[in-house]
Amino acid sequence: MTGVGGLLGRLARWEVLLAVFLVVLIAIGAAVSPVFLSGRNFANLIAAVIEVAIMSLPMALIIIAGEIDLSVESMVGLAAAILGALYSAGVPLPVAIVAVMIVGGLGGLLNGVLVTRVGLPSLVVTLGTLALYRGLALVVLESRGVSNFPSWFTGFGFGTVPGLPIPWPFTIYLVLAVVLGIVLHRTWIGRQLYAMGKNQSAARFSGIRVARVKLRLFVLSGVVAALAGVILVARMSSARADVGSGLTLVVITIVLLGGVDIFGGRGTIPGVVLAFFTLAVMGNVLRLTNVSSDIQSIAVGLLLIVSVVIPTLARRVKSAIDRAQGNRNRPTPTVGGPSEVVAS
Amino acid sequence: MARATAVVATPADGPLTRLLGAAARQRELSLVVILVAMIGLVALQAPQILSSDNLTDVSVLAAVIAVAAIGEAMVVITRNVDLSVEATMGLVAFAVAGVLSNGILPIPLAMLFGVGLGLVLGMANGVIVAVFHVPSIVATLGTLSIYRGIDFLIAGGKQVTATQLPAGYTAIARATVLGIPVFVLVAVAIAVGFAAILRMTTFGRSVYAVGSNPEGAAILGIRAGMVTFVVFSICGLLGGIAGVMWGILFGTINATSATGVTLQVIAAVVVGGVNIFGGSGTVIGAALGALFLTFIGNALILVRLSQFWLQALYGLVILIAVALDAVLVRQFQRSVSGRRAP
Amino acid sequence: MVIPIEPAAAQAAGTATGTVPPALAIIGISKQFGATQALTDVGLELRAGEIRALVGENGAGKSTLAKILAGIHQPDSGTLALAGVPTVLRNPTDARAHGIAVVHQEPQLFPDLSVAENVFIGHVPAGQFRTVDWGAMRDGADALFEQLDVPLNGRALVRGLSMADQQLIEIARSLTFEASVLILDEPTASLSAHEVARLFSIVRRLRDRGVAILFVSHRLDEVFELCDQATVLRDGRLVASAPTSELTTADLIRHMVGRAVTLFPRVESPIGDVLLEVSGLSRSGAFEDVSFSVRAGEIVGFAGLVGAGRTEVARVLFGIDQRDAGVVRLGDRDEVFASPSAAMAAGVAYLPEDRHLDGLVLDFSIAHNVTLPILPRLFPRLFVRESTERSVGDGYATRLDVRMTGVDQPASALSGGNQQKVVLAKWLATEPRILILDEPTRGIDIGAKVEVHRIISELAASGLGIILISSDLPEVLAMSDRIIVLHEGRITAEIARADATEESVMYAATAQGGPDPVVTDG
Repeated sequence: MTGVGGLLGRLARWEVLLAVFLVVLIAIGAAVSPVFLSGRNFANLIAAVIEVAIMSLPMALIIIAGEIDLSVESMVGLAAAILGALYSAGVPLPVAIVAVMIVGGLGGLLNGVLVTRVGLPSLVVTLGTLALYRGLALVVLESRGVSNFPSWFTGFGFGTVPGLPIPWPFTIYLVLAVVLGIVLHRTWIGRQLYAMGKNQSAARFSGIRVARVKLRLFVLSGVVAALAGVILVARMSSARADVGSGLTLVVITIVLLGGVDIFGGRGTIPGVVLAFFTLAVMGNVLRLTNVSSDIQSIAVGLLLIVSVVIPTLARRVKSAIDRAQGNRNRPTPTVGGPSEVVAS
Repeated sequence: MARATAVVATPADGPLTRLLGAAARQRELSLVVILVAMIGLVALQAPQILSSDNLTDVSVLAAVIAVAAIGEAMVVITRNVDLSVEATMGLVAFAVAGVLSNGILPIPLAMLFGVGLGLVLGMANGVIVAVFHVPSIVATLGTLSIYRGIDFLIAGGKQVTATQLPAGYTAIARATVLGIPVFVLVAVAIAVGFAAILRMTTFGRSVYAVGSNPEGAAILGIRAGMVTFVVFSICGLLGGIAGVMWGILFGTINATSATGVTLQVIAAVVVGGVNIFGGSGTVIGAALGALFLTFIGNALILVRLSQFWLQALYGLVILIAVALDAVLVRQFQRSVSGRRAP
Repeated sequence: MVIPIEPAAAQAAGTATGTVPPALAIIGISKQFGATQALTDVGLELRAGEIRALVGENGAGKSTLAKILAGIHQPDSGTLALAGVPTVLRNPTDARAHGIAVVHQEPQLFPDLSVAENVFIGHVPAGQFRTVDWGAMRDGADALFEQLDVPLNGRALVRGLSMADQQLIEIARSLTFEASVLILDEPTASLSAHEVARLFSIVRRLRDRGVAILFVSHRLDEVFELCDQATVLRDGRLVASAPTSELTTADLIRHMVGRAVTLFPRVESPIGDVLLEVSGLSRSGAFEDVSFSVRAGEIVGFAGLVGAGRTEVARVLFGIDQRDAGVVRLGDRDEVFASPSAAMAAGVAYLPEDRHLDGLVLDFSIAHNVTLPILPRLFPRLFVRESTERSVGDGYATRLDVRMTGVDQPASALSGGNQQKVVLAKWLATEPRILILDEPTRGIDIGAKVEVHRIISELAASGLGIILISSDLPEVLAMSDRIIVLHEGRITAEIARADATEESVMYAATAQGGPDPVVTDG
């Protein structure tokens, strides 16, 4: 991370590549459709994917810290189901929303406890709760749908900030992105997350309360997923138990596309934000150009794979160049580790 | 078991620890015991669980999941994971149905085409993981999206219904040999075949070696990349077979067919005792895991519990299986670490 | 006397006595990694039936040479000749096909496979259709273990076996094919005295059978005990080669470091009040009824065999593991450390045994590593200031004389000795009262070792209470004011500095009636 390759290294930073790609996409969009640059279109393109955007932020922190939470999409469904059930049972909506957020926190707590106290791998734990929370959602609301939500609520879902082409939920995203960005990049909590992701054992030996921090991350993820569920209900004006299916995939795609290392210890919030805009704009451009929306899923998958292949290839090319020039960089790790070649 | 006595049998072991240890090492056997006990309990309340119709229905569905789980198990043993298996199954099921409904290929060739397609999709996964060194969870998350996208693209919102398919095709689901459904025979043959390959061939052992210690495997001249590629290819091949079976079983196929099956497949693998971090586990265990999970779903319906509980129960079973594994492993390691070097 | 070195190529080219070509001749090998010249024009020969030591500091090129012989690396120039035939080793399989077996520093084993499979991995006895012949494999493994006189069960899983047993599997592996050359890469690093003795007797037996053996080590006493010839590498060049009978320890050290060094400069310091008082500390399965005290300015050595429970005591004192019984009194307070952060807050610091695994975040800069444990204290308002971190990191790194291009350099780019200094700096930054050092000089070169000893000594002089856990017996003897010896989780002796000798410590460490006290550490 610390300027190894100078200019080349900085240019090759993933965020820069993403930004360039995003600008190209916007240019294409502006060229092919007159409405693309309109405020209304911007609001639409954001609103269509706002839930995954919100969930991608805590997910980025969790993956940087070396874990993963696959259960978020089911928490969206569980939140929607409980919100619908409580509201249809006559509970005032604000109370129901608070209750749903608490459920989200508890769901995250269960994930966190199983991972940090029982010591189970988060991949499997959250795979289990992915099924469990969806199941509970189905048990709560069965196949019913609840609608007739008050207009202030649905208005929050698809209305925009007066005078600006910004959907209300997007303000939540912005606030969350700024707060988590500052926490990750400007405070020592962020440093501790990177340390945990790079070397959990050394982090623990350095007095970082790894278990406690991770537990809190899972709780945060659960609460934010529940919030995303509430937003989804508001935006759709209806609550069903099966909403949110498949969103985890998109959330993780955004995070990884944003340059976060799946093995932890590397990634930035600006990168994740850029990745979200890239995906949102790409989907919008495809829709405006009447290309089948099915292409989008293929394009997303390709982007995801390419986003990992390119840095790997770039690193290989760079180390080949380094070797050819024989400059003063570290040797590339070879089989068996480079321990002997670090001459003092 | 003789193979473990050298390390486990210390005086500190209580009978309970030994029993649990044996259960952990004999996951297949304990799964069968639990399965039989569960069926017995359910039969007290709902005897129809033992009716031949019900047993056929359950075992045929379990066979489809088991075939996919066998491939997944091999991938997981090499410290990888294949999340794209449901998209492979869906795409293969739709492609075969499409080919048949248009009468392009006769039934056997259409099925062969489906299996071949699965193999190609698996090989693509293998290339991305083994050649380009993309972590398998990312690679197959990507191909899950891509394969499903292709499925949507060729389906174009249409679906193929059973009536558009040759009658001989969908009849395979109910075909039996000596009273045993063909699907079950296929699944058993695949399970036994791959169990034998894993146990008895040098390739099979290198699958375990790569999962157990990838760096060591490379130093000792095992071509880890090649093993990974082959295992993903096999997983695709079996995904193709499972996809064809899925298409036969359900008849009506659209672009969303088999959505969510990856979860069931991985659940079967985990419940079947394959270590999610690689190196150990058997394909027989994974197949039994599939049977176990399918029976749970069946029992739920028969005892008139809401089918909505099924999903939640899957989740619980996964969590319990993993937690149990972790506890047993910890006890095992404690009993080992109690032993000092001479 | 040591023979001064002629140009390596000429030496290895076969002017040697006799007509039988050496089992292995290395002729003018050079190897470069990036900017680092790991080996320069190295030549040596290895004859059947001899054990040659390859010694040198870390970074001298020993392991690189071993890896070239194992087929893992390819030399940039130079040739290898096996029994007089020039040979290219393209990969590990190739090396084995040519009869070269390597026992790696870290045993390359497969914990989920059986012992027998681990022995035969890579060339499993196979029948038709590449099916594994399990019977032949188990019989073969049993026969090998019988031959080596070790009681290993071929059917047992490798997971859970001791490091010594794991190494024996590697040696058995080398016997599954007709190995004419056996390379042992620092095989004794994690073995107990008894296990080392067993290993040596096996190695001697192999030599007597006519195997040519290259023994890579930096434990000099082992070199003299086991080897017929010794070759010294320094900075990738061969600097000396002679029969061990014509060498002394001082000669070897001089060649390794290129200058004469005084080992262990212990500064005497006044000893103050009791800082840490531990009584009746127990943790089931690890240690029992451990009682001792540490005073300000005192270095208390913890000696014992690997697995005696020393690290386990340290882990409890640092809050990583929890005790089952006992009292820990720090200053005038009884302490229960529920976590490392609680122990840190009370003034305990622990330099862990494994630098890479537990000590450092290798990708972090030096400054970030140093400040990692003190971030909350350094920045109570959450926000990190890079300039503060740099100056704190620079202060400690300079004080400990870390050789670096700057505090922004990643820790991974430093040599082992300098990395260890960074870990020390990190713990000093927490301003501890009690500093626990677990194998602080393991795997670092002699020059850095002396510096670390000097630092430890100065820290004690400044009033810290230090617990020094070390398997390096001369180190413990030279550095400690008192030595506590553990055996199988119990304290078997507490020996004052004046009374401590290698014999008295080893006697306690192996316990009365135990195996012969073979002194191995050096």
